[in-house]
Amino acid sequence: MTELDHPAEWTYAPAPESRDIARLRSSYGLFIGGEFVDAADGATMKTINPATEEVLAEVAVAGAADVDAAVAAARKAAGGPWRSMSGAQRAKYLFRVARVLAERSRELSVLETLDNGKPIRESRDSDIPAVVAWFFHYAGWADKLEYAGYGPSPQPVGVAGQVIPWNFPLLMAAWKLAPALATGNTVVLKPAETTPLTAMVLAEIFAEADLPPGVVNIVTGAGETGRHLVAHPGVDKVAFTGSTEVGKEIQRRVAGTGKRVTLELGGKAANVVFEDAAIDQAVEGIVNGIFFNQGHVCCAGSRLLVQESVADAVLDRLKERLATLRLGDPLDKNTDIGAINSAEQLQRIRELSDVGDAEGAERWQVDCDLPTQGYWFPPTLFTGVSQSHRIAREEIFGPVLSVLTFRTPNEAVEKANNSPYGLSAGVWTEKGSRILWMAEQLRAGVVWANTFNRFDPSSPFGGYKESGFGREGGRHGLEPYLEVDDG
Amino acid sequence: MADDTRVAVRRTAKLFVGGAFPRSESGRSYPVHASNGDLLAHVSQASRKDARDAVVAARGAWSGWAARTPYNRGQVLYRVAELMEGRRDQFVEEVRAAEGGRKRQHSEQVDAAIDRWVWYAGWADKLAQVDGAQNPVAGPYFNFSLPEPTGVVAVIAPQQSSLLGLVSVLAPVIVTGNTAVVLASAERPLPSISLTEVLATSDVPAGVINLLTGYPSEIAPVLAAHMEVAAIDLSGVAGTDVDAGELAVAAAENVKRVRMPAEREPDWSRAPTPRAMLRFTETKTVWHPIGR
Repeated sequence: MTELDHPAEWTYAPAPESRDIARLRSSYGLFIGGEFVDAADGATMKTINPATEEVLAEVAVAGAADVDAAVAAARKAAGGPWRSMSGAQRAKYLFRVARVLAERSRELSVLETLDNGKPIRESRDSDIPAVVAWFFHYAGWADKLEYAGYGPSPQPVGVAGQVIPWNFPLLMAAWKLAPALATGNTVVLKPAETTPLTAMVLAEIFAEADLPPGVVNIVTGAGETGRHLVAHPGVDKVAFTGSTEVGKEIQRRVAGTGKRVTLELGGKAANVVFEDAAIDQAVEGIVNGIFFNQGHVCCAGSRLLVQESVADAVLDRLKERLATLRLGDPLDKNTDIGAINSAEQLQRIRELSDVGDAEGAERWQVDCDLPTQGYWFPPTLFTGVSQSHRIAREEIFGPVLSVLTFRTPNEAVEKANNSPYGLSAGVWTEKGSRILWMAEQLRAGVVWANTFNRFDPSSPFGGYKESGFGREGGRHGLEPYLEVDDG
Repeated sequence: MADDTRVAVRRTAKLFVGGAFPRSESGRSYPVHASNGDLLAHVSQASRKDARDAVVAARGAWSGWAARTPYNRGQVLYRVAELMEGRRDQFVEEVRAAEGGRKRQHSEQVDAAIDRWVWYAGWADKLAQVDGAQNPVAGPYFNFSLPEPTGVVAVIAPQQSSLLGLVSVLAPVIVTGNTAVVLASAERPLPSISLTEVLATSDVPAGVINLLTGYPSEIAPVLAAHMEVAAIDLSGVAGTDVDAGELAVAAAENVKRVRMPAEREPDWSRAPTPRAMLRFTETKTVWHPIGR
């Protein structure tokens, strides 16, 4: 064998995307009744870049009066042209929105990365294209509702109050808005406190598309704003994506009010690797499962269940692979792991990881330099984890993988299902019959086989058990927004 | 003094095969007239050889088109609507010239034709969810069925409704991944020629839609008997002297799926149903065992 004449170590030159593309403004208002307005009491908050802690913009904080105004605008629009126009007309508005989103996708990608901390590679190649696809897909449903299987002439519920998380800010807005609008509802949306910016550009796009005023209203703020919204008597349907803790609070709050609710909550997904799996592919899937978006993913594969006979081989390759991940500037096109979204979230990840140490699991972390500014946590895995450990039971929502082993398929199922959550699961095996058997046994709303973290607007997504109820995506995603005869 | 009135540049009406605009290999053309008798143009009179060439182009384009993601096909169809909208006035004028009658009525027809592309665009990534199924078989098997494209579909387009009728029989064929050889209305072909110009600048790949102008009596028998044509829509035979029954017999040679013409041309402004697409799909069922 001849020696290749190249340096022993390849290095990457910096390849940062320009932040000017984001067209960042110094302040952002609320979007109510088609107008951009300040909060009634003038309250604002600052949103920062979690990679640098630099303030990006001031954003209005909606109080009770602003939520009132937004719900009133939505109610008015719900009784107006949006409801009475044909589905074909509604479809055309949503197609317009999809097209403008695609045209402004680069701007939105950079803005998302600035506000959220996720790598530009993900916002550009994953989040924003999916946002476009969600609107395009549901646009096509608006004039086909009679074929969706919910009766010959399904009607909208009315006004939807939607509260979304910070992990996929614009994508979650699209998941919520597109089906609600396609079915003829009007909406008040509350983006997450730490990631409000792309939603405000989306508001601009709705205005550009000549969407009738009041059909979509966007109120920024923190938990208090969300509480006003979900409790508002003018809201007919509540949709929430976020933590199980807040989800339970919302369910209690709307209990008995007659409001419709869907909840997409936390997860602690098992990613099950059998000894006959294609190991290299499985390792890629494990990495994608837990380190995609810094692990800020409700359906993240945060529990690796690996068959004992291949555990060492899988872990060796996994560690090798993790050492090649590039952590750093989220705007750099070569970055794999970006910043943790907030100081608060970083604190929670640190605490739970420390608990992992204290309970006797063995921590392994990638040896890499963390930037001095901003919020960072290196890719981490814990071995020797038992089912009773908190890091095996609680959602960490960060780049931390808990590794457990099993010997038989039955044991894998027992362990995988031993969780109050049931959002997603992964199965890695070359045996098709085993994939389908596992899919039958797993108590999870989505089962990925020989892949992980796949999303598509045509594919229903949502949880079992304390991961919530209701489905988003595809035909099933229409049902939460339609008056359907309960039979 | 010289007369400076601008002399208009007139369009040559040609066939549309494999993404190109050839004249008929036969060198023939025939005059088409407006409803008031004015000469509008000489259009190519497709020959049997042109029809066979069009089938070759459609067959060549099929595997690539069928392999596109449904989402992508939806976007491609939507783009056709976008481009038609930009030529809306031209279509209204051409439909009026071809069909006669009031302008308002033609505006509605053209709008409906554009909106029909939008409607079908949305079906691309939804039909399998409405027509497909996981079948609850009594055994440890995972079993599902879904619609797949059948192949090259020949379409004899309606004779009366020159644009809305054409779009109504064409869009449902290609949205599912089939490719098409279309014979336009014999006496009212000009709107279809403008449609091919839209298609040529859209994202529809070359060969997915091929459009011929000519006579059903000459072209339909070739398409009905062609072994590479998987299905044929005879809608446009309605009201002509062509015997649809004979074509249906010829179609049996390779077990084509046949849509027979209605007795009289239907009202194409009526809302379509998914049946228009499913007619030219095959249901595929897959079995797989379930077990540890």
